[in-house]
Amino acid sequence: MSNAPVDQGRRRFLTIATSVVGGVGAVGAAVPFIASWNPSEKAKQAGAAVSADISKLEPGQLIRVEWRGKPVWIVKRPQAMLEALANHEDKLRDPESVVPQQPAYAQNRHRSKKPEIFVAVGICTHLGCSPSYLPDDFSAQVEGVSSGFFCPCHGSKFDMAGRVFQSVPAPSNLQIPPYMYVDDNTIVIGEDEGTV
Amino acid sequence: MFKNLMSWIEYRLPFMEKMNLHVMQYPAPKNFNFWYFFGSLAMLVLVNQILTGIWLTMNYVPSADGAFASVEYIMRDVDYGWLLRYMHSTGASAFFVVVYLHMLRGMMYGSYQKPRELLWIFGMLIFLVLMAEAFMGYLLPWGQMSFWGAQVIIGIFGTIPFIGEDLTLWIRGDYVISGATLNRFFALHVIALPLVLVILVFLHIMALHEVGSNNPDGIEIKKDNDGTVEQTEADKKFTFHQYFTRGGKKIIVDAIPFHPYYTVKDMVGVAGFLLVFAWVIFFFPEGGGFFLEPPNFEPANPLKTPAHIAPVWYFTPFYAILRAIPHPFMGAVAMFAAILALALLPWLDRGKVRSVRYRSSLHKINLVNFCVSFVALGVLGVLPATPTYTLLSQTFSFTYFGFFVLLFFYSKNEATKPLPVRLT
Repeated sequence: MSNAPVDQGRRRFLTIATSVVGGVGAVGAAVPFIASWNPSEKAKQAGAAVSADISKLEPGQLIRVEWRGKPVWIVKRPQAMLEALANHEDKLRDPESVVPQQPAYAQNRHRSKKPEIFVAVGICTHLGCSPSYLPDDFSAQVEGVSSGFFCPCHGSKFDMAGRVFQSVPAPSNLQIPPYMYVDDNTIVIGEDEGTV
Repeated sequence: MFKNLMSWIEYRLPFMEKMNLHVMQYPAPKNFNFWYFFGSLAMLVLVNQILTGIWLTMNYVPSADGAFASVEYIMRDVDYGWLLRYMHSTGASAFFVVVYLHMLRGMMYGSYQKPRELLWIFGMLIFLVLMAEAFMGYLLPWGQMSFWGAQVIIGIFGTIPFIGEDLTLWIRGDYVISGATLNRFFALHVIALPLVLVILVFLHIMALHEVGSNNPDGIEIKKDNDGTVEQTEADKKFTFHQYFTRGGKKIIVDAIPFHPYYTVKDMVGVAGFLLVFAWVIFFFPEGGGFFLEPPNFEPANPLKTPAHIAPVWYFTPFYAILRAIPHPFMGAVAMFAAILALALLPWLDRGKVRSVRYRSSLHKINLVNFCVSFVALGVLGVLPATPTYTLLSQTFSFTYFGFFVLLFFYSKNEATKPLPVRLT
């Protein structure tokens, strides 16, 4: 053993240098562990766009299409339902759809490309439950509004354009996915003219 | 021969020495009442969960296609599979029953106060990990309530501004809860979190034995040996490990060795507990829809939300707070604050007297207020969200947090009763 005095400065430098290099190594080693939690290539593939045939949709009928595992609603709204949308806008949280919950082409009163066809992600914007479609007996939830969507989880309410009513847990309107018409009877959900 | 072997081992690994330190010569206050059963019962339930859990993995298939069917296979076709599963599912609820009572004991007798703050923090960490463990375990049967309950709870992370959306994607590993989510929850539920839990329990007990157990009187049994403290005849009967007397600097009064006195007493608690536990397993395994919820007997279906989603009963007090607040992110913040407030008790309570026995009537009333609020929130959390129930949830959330605020203010100059010198 050498009896030479300890060079404290040198020892401190070595300690810090070792810690820094070791720390960088630890951060690097953490990358694969954290990144492996991201969606896999297979999951990303499964998230691709889907198409739906709407030729047999009756007025007032709702069909569900699965896109990225979420229910997407397609509703054919009769004229009376569309006209009723203007009557309760004072009871809505965001009647003008200011919050960006939709592509630009769906920022209107009926929140859709074609007024009668309503496309929306059927997931409540509160905590992800799927609201129920009440075509005739919604007035039990909101007086004077005959049809709408009611979330059974926490009681959030949406009108027939997926616009949220005031004083419910859901903060924003239902999300409108990107979509486009390939022809009059076929909708592609998950991509639109902008993304193709 | 045997003696030689023992001392050969002892020299290399002081096993008996540690047993003496932590069990045979560990001084425990002599006045533990039934509230002191719940620590050892929590350990018993932990062992039950680990054992039955290992056996369940032998037949469980962790995949979106196989999970639900494999649970039914365990229930119907595996010999005693139904029993192992019911022991595990009932054990989860039992775990929270004993842990909640264990925590209430700590609150009543001020067991979180100085110098037991770290002990309390470890306890709260155990509680947090336990909640994560229970939540992830509940997804594994892949029933409707598994799926939609997880949807709601992962949704809570989605309410965080800016990063929420990406964070939930990362947690799920998919755009929706899927097989990817199920598999990672399985891995965390059976390997990662149980390891963490066992380590935390070890630290909890080490921290306990360092500062010593509190007791219903909330006074110390290790007195400074300054010549004023007299040991009674009973005190002189027992030998405690010299570690606890700090080489004569401390004198121990009104204590009994943990073994055999409290090991035997805890066996009575274990017997009583097992009686109730077995009764539930054999006659009441679904707990009236509270331990295993009815929608969970239907396989998970992402396109169909059950009419009413409620988490399992042990989450409902915090869930009611979440729902009471109309803003999703603030609701989530309030829910975590409700747990954080408990963890901060050692600093929110500025009193010097520990036990509720010697504290003011105001404190007694406030503690009752806490219990009532907690139970009421628990009941409201399972009920559907109607305007009346939401208003009630808001009221009880207010009184829940009110407990901590009031405590902080009155505990500074509280009118307490005089403390006894020795245990009563």
